[in-house]
Amino acid sequence: MSARRLYIFGGMALIAAGMLFGDVFAVFILHQNAGKQGAALIEASRAVADRDPGAATAIFGRIGGLLEDRGTKVDAHVHMIDAGYLALLLALVQPYIALSQQTKKTMAGLFITGGIFLPLGIFLIHYVGLAYRPFAVIGWASVLADSTGAVLIFVLLVQAWGFWKYLQKRELTEPELQAEDSMPGRALLTGGTLLVLLGFLHGAYYAGTMLYQHERLETTILLHMMGVASEGNLAAASGEVTNFGNLAGARAVNIAAHSHIIEFGLLAMLLSFVQPYVFLSEKWKRRWVKTLLGGSVILPVFVLLELKLGLLAGGIADLGGLMVIIGLIGMLVGILRYAGHLDTAEGE
Amino acid sequence: MLAALGMLYGLYYAVFVEHQTLDQMGGSLARAFASAAARDASQSQTALEAYAGTKYDYVRQVDAHSHWIGLGMLLILLGVVFGRVNFSEAMRQVIAICLLAGSAAFPLAVILQTYHHGALIFKALAVVGPGFVIFGLTATAWGFARQGT
Repeated sequence: MSARRLYIFGGMALIAAGMLFGDVFAVFILHQNAGKQGAALIEASRAVADRDPGAATAIFGRIGGLLEDRGTKVDAHVHMIDAGYLALLLALVQPYIALSQQTKKTMAGLFITGGIFLPLGIFLIHYVGLAYRPFAVIGWASVLADSTGAVLIFVLLVQAWGFWKYLQKRELTEPELQAEDSMPGRALLTGGTLLVLLGFLHGAYYAGTMLYQHERLETTILLHMMGVASEGNLAAASGEVTNFGNLAGARAVNIAAHSHIIEFGLLAMLLSFVQPYVFLSEKWKRRWVKTLLGGSVILPVFVLLELKLGLLAGGIADLGGLMVIIGLIGMLVGILRYAGHLDTAEGE
Repeated sequence: MLAALGMLYGLYYAVFVEHQTLDQMGGSLARAFASAAARDASQSQTALEAYAGTKYDYVRQVDAHSHWIGLGMLLILLGVVFGRVNFSEAMRQVIAICLLAGSAAFPLAVILQTYHHGALIFKALAVVGPGFVIFGLTATAWGFARQGT
């Protein structure tokens, strides 16, 4: 298998696996984790009311564990998908990398392996913790994640070196991947650019109007929560915990909508280049493109609507994520059929 | 280069800064509540301010890492299809420079905010950077659309 095919298969598989993991996380862990954090904050307020500093400190140890549980899962999801995106990008630039085919294949193998073990290491941080730790605050799972991160950087630096060598002679080492000039290719390229643009506009709007306000509000709520708890007013403290949860929710949905719409836009643009290798009828190619672009709009829009519509919007957003995964897997199947077709032809 | 820079920054951050920052953040918040439980309002307020300051830095450090890599990937991708942006070469160069300048300046401004909280110049740069990227992306999308006309 050539380096380019390895990057395409591996990249799409990493993206699909990362998205599937994200969907499972959103359905089974995210909201439950937020509920536990709220309950722990109410307990902490009670400890303040009871004048029990020891209990308050212990509760925050537990909250730290909850945050680590959530954070490492989000990071594993993001890093697996981003490694997949980078793999697809590397497939795209292989003609401009002036290295031997063997070196390219080795680098592709290293990259995909790193793309698997980096998120795995991140995922394990919460479970392995500091058992038999090699450093004061860094455990073995972090070592695995950091080492594989270094492997990915090494591969990227080798690609940069190969590109520098290409610039000396300007001779392509293999045919370029062209974005297909067909409805699926054009829809993915244009739709992807628009999605990225929308994501940037939303991000700029959020940063300009809400980011600093949310940061100030968080401190105000915490201060008020401790104040009323000190006075023994646990009902008011519970109200502040609710406010804190709502604020965290508002931040989370805005950041999730911003990052998902941009990531889906990038994915759509990248997939426009692999369309010539999707060995499916035009009708099915169009179906998968519509499914993917539809899901790419539904997920971020309904994530934002979660604040108004609650879990119903959350469910629809998860469905949008599933549509993107289905569209992606549909295309991956087409590429596998193309590879099988090539292998059969070579065999003949 | 931006993607590699973002990854190198992420690696450095994960190894040398992140664990300590998270410990500091959790520790400050726990201290704020423990001090409130001990009815030490002043100590509680100080610990809460320390928490807010650390979190301000943490959010921006992670944002810079992810935006540098994301924008780097976007630039590589647009570089491959930039021939399809149907404008004159001079105009395409202006768009490319805007995209590059915005993509480099925006995460840098975000990082610099952690050294000088609230500095107007870095806030302004963090607004101008995305402005360049948004202009560049709008022009690119328009350039793609013009191809069909």
